Amino acid sequence: MRWVREHVIALIGGAVLVYLFVPIFLVVLMSFNDPATRNVYRFDGFTLDNWLHPCADPAMCDSLALSIEIGLLATLVATVIGTLAAFALVRWDFAGRSQSNLLIFLPMAAPEIVMGSSLLTLFVQGGFAGQLGFVTIFIAHVMFCLSFVVVTVRSRLAGMNDTLEQAASDLYATPQQTFWRVTFPLVLPGILGAALLSFSLSFDDFIITNLNSGSEVTFPMYVWGVARVGLPMQVNVVGTLMLVISLVIVLTGEVNSRRRARALV
Amino acid sequence: MAESRVAAPADSGRRRGLTAYVLMAPAVIVLGLFFVIPFYSLVAASLYDPGGSDKAGWDVTYHFANYWEAIKLYKGQLLRSLLYGGAATLICLVLGYVLAYAIAFKSGRWKSLLLVLVIVPFFTSFLVRTLSWQLILADDGWVVDALQFVHILGQDDKLLATDFAVIMGLAYNFLPFMVLPLFASIDKIDPRLIEASSDLYSNPITGFFKVTWPLSLPGVVSGTLLTFIPATGDYINAELLGNTETTVIGKVIQLQATNANHPHIAAALSMILMFLIVAMVLVYVRRVGTEELL
Amino acid sequence: MSSPAEAGSSYDGLRIRALNKSFASFHAVKELDLDVPRGSFFALLGPSGCGKTTTLRMVAGLEAPTSGTITLAGQDITDKKPYQRPVNTVFQNYALFPHLDIFENVAFGLRRRKVSGVEAKVKDMLELVELEAQARKKPAQLSGGQQQRVALARALINEPEVLLLDEPLGALDLKLRRAMQIEIKRIQTEVGLTFIHVTHDQEEAMTMADTVAVMNAGVIEQMGTPSELYENPASTFVANFLGQSNLIEGTVQSSGSDVVTVDMHGIGVTIPAHRAHTDGGKGWIGIRPEKVLIGAAGAELDAPGNTIPGGVVSDVSFFGVSTQYLVKMPWGQELMVFAQNTGRDPIFRTGESVELSWRPEYAFLLDHAQDVKAGAEEAS
Repeated sequence: MRWVREHVIALIGGAVLVYLFVPIFLVVLMSFNDPATRNVYRFDGFTLDNWLHPCADPAMCDSLALSIEIGLLATLVATVIGTLAAFALVRWDFAGRSQSNLLIFLPMAAPEIVMGSSLLTLFVQGGFAGQLGFVTIFIAHVMFCLSFVVVTVRSRLAGMNDTLEQAASDLYATPQQTFWRVTFPLVLPGILGAALLSFSLSFDDFIITNLNSGSEVTFPMYVWGVARVGLPMQVNVVGTLMLVISLVIVLTGEVNSRRRARALV
Repeated sequence: MAESRVAAPADSGRRRGLTAYVLMAPAVIVLGLFFVIPFYSLVAASLYDPGGSDKAGWDVTYHFANYWEAIKLYKGQLLRSLLYGGAATLICLVLGYVLAYAIAFKSGRWKSLLLVLVIVPFFTSFLVRTLSWQLILADDGWVVDALQFVHILGQDDKLLATDFAVIMGLAYNFLPFMVLPLFASIDKIDPRLIEASSDLYSNPITGFFKVTWPLSLPGVVSGTLLTFIPATGDYINAELLGNTETTVIGKVIQLQATNANHPHIAAALSMILMFLIVAMVLVYVRRVGTEELL
Repeated sequence: MSSPAEAGSSYDGLRIRALNKSFASFHAVKELDLDVPRGSFFALLGPSGCGKTTTLRMVAGLEAPTSGTITLAGQDITDKKPYQRPVNTVFQNYALFPHLDIFENVAFGLRRRKVSGVEAKVKDMLELVELEAQARKKPAQLSGGQQQRVALARALINEPEVLLLDEPLGALDLKLRRAMQIEIKRIQTEVGLTFIHVTHDQEEAMTMADTVAVMNAGVIEQMGTPSELYENPASTFVANFLGQSNLIEGTVQSSGSDVVTVDMHGIGVTIPAHRAHTDGGKGWIGIRPEKVLIGAAGAELDAPGNTIPGGVVSDVSFFGVSTQYLVKMPWGQELMVFAQNTGRDPIFRTGESVELSWRPEYAFLLDHAQDVKAGAEEAS
């Protein structure tokens, strides 16, 4: 009893962590589910079928392919543009710097539904109502990923000591060499983290995409569509794969930074 | 050497030059075209003549009555969204605070691993994990069975398709937005300050409210905003975990915006939602902020 | 020392009996017994990791002892929470509340105990530490020395039975530290409370405290007034940690009730019996460098003790007020000598032959089983 009282915070914290993982555990479990009927969503029996035939519903795999394609393209563009902006904001002094910071911040503070409907209004007013689809989804995704990229890279850059760059230029490196051999490698983890964040935001977005997608169907939209009629278990396979892949990426980064930290000691 | 001197960072640490504008331009153009201008489109659309249609075209006639019309029709959904968002934020604050505190002060060398664990669940799709809650809270699921067995729930009571399910789903989905800023603030608190408060006759509870809580306020403020704003605008949880009586404003905006005859209502509702959120945020930041924030 | 059974009841100071603290695999404090009289300025002195801070934290209630008892003015406080005991701490690096101004920092303890007349008491206290003008500033706006005084005021205002100071001056520069040493001593005399001061700085402990306990590896090596400890150390650790000592190997030849005679590399040396801390056999003869007299070979030295010939100066450092010599003795050991620059004697140069001597009553004798270098490295 005394032990419980002394560790009550850690115990509740642990319970909250369990709460975070219960639905995830179910996603993994259901990816091995052998459903008796399509209408009742419960665990009926174990099977590997869902993993062996992930594209049993071709519509799902089409939506998945579209989401990956848009995710990669939007991430590439947002990461490049966002990284440039982060460098400008941290390393350069220019008129309108604080206004730029505000402009970067606002999209993160605005509700998605408002961003989505305003973007739709723009497209409709611009006469693109009939052309909603891949390009409009892509534009929307670049727009809302951009701020997150800038913020992530900016914090990495701001935490960097510029004496390293001064040391490099003292040791006869030209500005280009200094950038590519010192600055860029040091910022790279921040850029990769930003790209990962950007991809998962793009891949996961529903509310903004749903308003601007025309007849295109991304993976979240597919899930939304089938949620009412009965979910193919392959959706859980995708969910599990996303979890595993991002876990691997994040843990690799974690292990690397720990190893680097240990090497420094 | 002389040239690089000119370009080298001055004492301020920041360089001046045209390059900055070149670096900044793409981001400003993207956000200008697709964030700022759409906002003006939205303002314009909210003032359309309600007699228009997508076929006949729309005229901006400064028809402010659109706002009254929107409020009259959907004040219930507006209020419900704010209540859901507020309740979910409160739950997130309580759960997130304990978790962030435990990670900051009780986890020792597992700190960074635990932080990763907080984020990991959110790498599966938002929709998939929300649907997972459908399964957990289902009428014939074990949670309902267990609660009925201990008579917390009556035989006819249910969890899914209730306000409770919607709020819990929102709290679940936005919890990391609360935990991360809270952790950042709490982790910075010197544990000796808590010892000092204890040494100066504070029991753990007064010590918490006099020292830990005020010092963590920056995290509380940003965590609350990061949770409240998206939770209020979200309609996925209300649709997947709620019932026909739990429709929220996000869903209404979605429906009206894609309805050929009502873009002005969708626009007016978006504006109202934005206005309400901004107003509540300002009041909140002012109340919490002025005196206690460092 | 009294037994644990009778501990406390009548003693009005702080009494610690058989106190132990173990962390995972580390035994930080071992079977510690300690009496701190009421109203005294007591210093716990030792190198880092010796268990002094752990002891202090157990008295404050911030750490729970593994076993043992702590009583204060006859009351057992061993299991009391920190906020339930009449003990306050001046923390290392001060731990001032950054979100409260100076006034509220100082008022913190009074407000928690719901004491009346907070305004006046805080004002008086700020006056005592000369910070009236800073009352409405935040801690970050104050200098290190001012923050130090706030920390002191914040603890003192509660009029604790015991005030604990955990390396209170560690963060200050040398000049400020000197000033604060005097300041804290003045305040202690003024308020008359019991102060327990934990430090690794031997000079700080000796200038401020009236009783010093030297702690090493979880136990108290020796306790006494600063001059007792310095003049008559009972272990090699104390001899080396508190100032510097020459420790020379010798064999006890006879021990009478007044003096002990020791053979030191063929020279007979006498040591007062109360300064001999060994039972016989071999021992370390100790003598402080400033007690050693130095003269040219064959010269008359003004000391009643034996003259030790055959030294050669191997190093000279000139300090102005004194000169420090290293003298190589015939048995190969280098002894340290501090000579006052009175102008009466010439300053010797490296390579010159010299003789050494000291008054027998200044020498001490330590147990040969102890490490001759103990405490030398830890001393700052």
